[in-house]
Amino acid sequence: MTRADRVAALKAAARERILILDGSWGVMFQRMGLSEDDFRGQRFAEHPHPLKGDNDLLCLTRPDAVAGLHDAYFEAGADIASTNTFNATAISQADYALEAAVTDINLAAAKLARESADRWTEKTPQKPRFVAGSLGPLNRTLSISPDVNDPAARGVTWDQVYAAYTEQARALHEGGIDVFLVETIFDTLNAKAAIKAILDLEDQGYEPLPIWISGTITDRSGRTLSGQTVEAFWNSIRHARPWAVGLNCALGAELMRPHLAELARVADTLIGGYPNAGLPNAMGEYDEGPGETSGFLGEWAGSGLVNILGGCCGTTPDHIRAIAKAVADVKPRAVPERPRAMRLSGLEPFELVS
Amino acid sequence: MRPIFVNVGERTNVTGSAKFRKLIAEGQYAEALSVARQQVEAGAQVIDVNMDEGLLDSRAAMVTFLNLIASEPDIARVPIMIDSSKWEVIEAGLQCVQGKAIVNSISLKEGEAVFVEHAKKCLRYGAAVVVMAFDEQGQADTAARKVEICERAYRILVDQLGFPPEDVIFDPNIFAVATGIEEHDNYAVDFIEATRRIKQMLPYARVSGGVSNVSFSFRGNEPVRRAIHSVFLYHAIAAGMDMGIVNAGDLPVYDDIDPELREAVEDVILNRAARGGVSPTERLVDLAPKYKGEKGAARVVDLAWREQPVEARLAHALVHGITDFIEADTEEARLKAERPLHVIEGPLMDGMNVVGDLFGAGKMFLPQVVKSARVMKQAVAWLLPFMEAEKEGQERKSAGKVVMATVKGDVHDIGKNIVGVVLQCNNYEVVDLGVMVPADKILDAAVEHGADIVGLSGLITPSLDEMVFVASEMERRGMSLPLLIGGATTSRTHTAVKIEPAYRRGPTVYVLDASRAVGVVSNLLSPSDKVPFVEQTRAEYRKVRESYGRGPAKPRSSLAEARANKFQIDWAAWTPPAPSFIGVRAFAPYDLADLAEHIDWTPFFASWELVGRFPQILDDEIVGEAARDLYRDARAMLDRMIAENWVEARGVVGFWPANSDGDDVIVYGDDARTTELARLHTLRQQMAKGEGKANTALSDFVAPVGVAPDWVGGFAVTAGHGEVEIAQRFKAAGDDYSAILVTALADRLAEAFAEAMHKRVRRELWGYAADETATVDELIAEKYQGIRPAPGYPAQPDHTEKLTLFRLLQAEINAGMELTESLAMTPPASVSGLYFARPEAHYFGVGKITREQVVDYARRKGWSLAEAERWLSPILDYDPAAEAAAA
Repeated sequence: MTRADRVAALKAAARERILILDGSWGVMFQRMGLSEDDFRGQRFAEHPHPLKGDNDLLCLTRPDAVAGLHDAYFEAGADIASTNTFNATAISQADYALEAAVTDINLAAAKLARESADRWTEKTPQKPRFVAGSLGPLNRTLSISPDVNDPAARGVTWDQVYAAYTEQARALHEGGIDVFLVETIFDTLNAKAAIKAILDLEDQGYEPLPIWISGTITDRSGRTLSGQTVEAFWNSIRHARPWAVGLNCALGAELMRPHLAELARVADTLIGGYPNAGLPNAMGEYDEGPGETSGFLGEWAGSGLVNILGGCCGTTPDHIRAIAKAVADVKPRAVPERPRAMRLSGLEPFELVS
Repeated sequence: MRPIFVNVGERTNVTGSAKFRKLIAEGQYAEALSVARQQVEAGAQVIDVNMDEGLLDSRAAMVTFLNLIASEPDIARVPIMIDSSKWEVIEAGLQCVQGKAIVNSISLKEGEAVFVEHAKKCLRYGAAVVVMAFDEQGQADTAARKVEICERAYRILVDQLGFPPEDVIFDPNIFAVATGIEEHDNYAVDFIEATRRIKQMLPYARVSGGVSNVSFSFRGNEPVRRAIHSVFLYHAIAAGMDMGIVNAGDLPVYDDIDPELREAVEDVILNRAARGGVSPTERLVDLAPKYKGEKGAARVVDLAWREQPVEARLAHALVHGITDFIEADTEEARLKAERPLHVIEGPLMDGMNVVGDLFGAGKMFLPQVVKSARVMKQAVAWLLPFMEAEKEGQERKSAGKVVMATVKGDVHDIGKNIVGVVLQCNNYEVVDLGVMVPADKILDAAVEHGADIVGLSGLITPSLDEMVFVASEMERRGMSLPLLIGGATTSRTHTAVKIEPAYRRGPTVYVLDASRAVGVVSNLLSPSDKVPFVEQTRAEYRKVRESYGRGPAKPRSSLAEARANKFQIDWAAWTPPAPSFIGVRAFAPYDLADLAEHIDWTPFFASWELVGRFPQILDDEIVGEAARDLYRDARAMLDRMIAENWVEARGVVGFWPANSDGDDVIVYGDDARTTELARLHTLRQQMAKGEGKANTALSDFVAPVGVAPDWVGGFAVTAGHGEVEIAQRFKAAGDDYSAILVTALADRLAEAFAEAMHKRVRRELWGYAADETATVDELIAEKYQGIRPAPGYPAQPDHTEKLTLFRLLQAEINAGMELTESLAMTPPASVSGLYFARPEAHYFGVGKITREQVVDYARRKGWSLAEAERWLSPILDYDPAAEAAAA
């Protein structure tokens, strides 16, 4: 299949059924008990900085582990793999002094996911598999001051964020992904830089790909870390004309539901949700089992809230299997039509109906 | 928010406001921010920010100001209009706003190529655009030119670039009228006419404009300028103008303008013909000085609702929680009614139904509802003597009767009281048995009162067992009344797994919060809905039970493995200084005003089911108003509590030499460490841990015997002496709102006391962090060295350790604090815990433990296994009943 075929197949599949994204990467890598040497591999054996914990680097140094995880998630029933590139930008990789490896990591990550997806598509042609290129939130933010004494200060500039996302998006595109996944958005301004980086690729000769944008509501107040309500967030990113929008991370399914329902009410595009496996316990571990998570997500699907489901922190192939099973026969949400209106936002939404 | 006409705040514009320009030029950004805040408060739905001034670095000023706005939630809640004639300033602004902004403006002034480039960028940044009626030939002045340019721009944007037409706003140029130059006389008409045609021809497009331009020739005469703006907008809006850059909140209502002035202005705006040889402009110029000094009418409290009939006044008072006129109004209604009872059943219940509906629809919030209940109670109290005087006065019919209690061993009742009030608001009769009520007393009362429902509440974990016991007693007695379960420690899972199976004869329902209580109770008492509701709940709980047991058991380490993997501290690296005293010291009474400074308000709002971080919650779109009212009432009551000494804060702190011995901590009575005063028992985590993560117990934070000198501390503080009596007094007076308020505030003061005391311990009494500096906010965020874990919380889930702590502190003598049989502290507004000083000490959760550790712990505590299993039941990793059956 050409990429255009795959994108068409992805859009068609989303009309027919609820699609399944994969689950967490962190927990699964943790369970492998990888050592510093695993992270370094041969290529970075002499790297002056400790590398343990840089999961994205494993795309280069332990491709077998990454590919194995893709296979495990596809085996569990995932339709879409997300690339192991959550932190693969020059800004986030600066923590490991690995800015120079960013393009390689993204290329390798996209290829690993591509190969695994293609293997599974061949195996089960009635259920084609897809690759979403993950662009994470960065460890620096454009809307919040790092200095309590100077609220106008910023730890990073728009140009830096835009350049970092451009490098990542370009490499993911070249590596063969089917859809961009801008995920775990704490600060909508960072996401807007990512969106512009992706949209601008078109001017550099790259074919446009669908975009999936996934925000993060950090607590029960129903706002992003940068203070926006769900509807304000949607108004801020709708110009990307996303193929899908949704929420992930920070909350478990039970607490995420009202916010996702609100997004489903206002967004005239596909809705994707991939919560954590509950809230972390006092030890930072996730206790919610596959049965519980899939129970909640099954209810979302039954209530017509979603088009794509998956798992974030703490979820495993067993969770994905249970989720896929729970929603196998459930109809996807019908995308609502909304009246035309000028919709703006600050931290809160603004609407001027025609 | 669905505005009809959008007010765009104009005062944050250096070209339009001399004051703002001065502030920005002098770098006084804090003051400049307050200008933006005033605009939003005055009703601006968007704020226009313009830094175009020759002497300014416009780009830098735009970036700084927008970044500052981003950290002011009360300003940043509205969208920004980024206003500049320089594209580089606009683009810099777009890189600072997370919301969807409006760009003001782009135009065809420099030709199509530049226009297209800017429009495309706006699409990718995600912004709406204002398009000025300006092209290569210049700014459009006639209606025809305005329309021509706007149409051309629309075609390029919408047809060529795919720009969403609803995001296009045209500014067809508002120019000054009444300038004395004849060609200018038709400018307002040109704008209005162009607006009408643009709105007809160009679907979904919007029209905006800078309104103050139109009155430019009357600079210095603000009343006349405002009248001109008002009249101009009246006609322009009628023609379809959607938004305008205005001084929000400073426009008179068209109908309120003096008719003589209004007519003169209207002649100017609409460019009417001269009358009697006097042109409209001349007439207005002559008239203007007369209005120059006029001041706006003073704002007064709106008492228009007092003009309404008494029924409507009662409803208004109930919905708005106003008690000022309630007795007079109730009396008036009584005189009108045949019987006093009819006042309750008629207008008062009608008003409460409105309250109930608004609450159900999420338009009113708990604090407001509780205030409504206060109004209701005062009205009923007024009527009571008249009803008693009526010999034949029969009892009023309620929708149902609920007996509620906080279970034995537990003293916390804020949530239960709120539920009670909400139910009463909905015409349920509530019999509140209070706190620490034994099972037989609850069930006897249910029988005696002929209750329809029993409700149980509890805050601490041992209350969970007591609730299971009450449920089993209901089963044993053959009762079948619905049982409601609520309170901070309860959960749907616990209710489904532990309580419901103990009570099969009747339905058991978990109630998450007060707002759900009415729905649950009305379902349970409805002849038609009861059966399906009960069946649905039972099915739901069955599913919870099934999924609860399922799923792989989490791997647990053996006790020996866990101990081998204890949390490691380098004892040589740091030794805490000896505390300033050994033994205990009482602090009674403690200064309440000081404690008030340390209050963490976020949980206070949570106790009223208003969720959100303080202080941002005060500006929340939905609950902000309720939160602000509650906060104002709370501050006022707090001031009275302090000034009139309603409560007394008493506390005790102790320090002792100590060393760890395995999972225990030995507390010594002397510096030589020869006399053992007590042993603190701790529990160790047994979850299987990844590399580098320890299986921690609190004892790991104290140096082992013989390794290094070390100490532990303990504290017990209360702000509750007197609180119960005050709350009771309010309740008796029918003022549940104040009763709940005073209880919630006492709880906050107790928490603040613990925080303030911990600070003194760190800096002074133990003094291991003598040079610490932290603000109150940092204290609340726990950014300091050392911890103060409390028995009964995750790091030491065993409540019985409080017995040892209270004995060491002699808390009863030193602070007047006692423990109930379930080890709840009295007075209820109390906090206690241990102090650990080491920088490595941290909070953690013990998690589930295996039978092996329970056996070991029982041995160390001198308990039987059964006793240990009872106290530790929430954290057992096994089912003791199943183990016993298997043995």
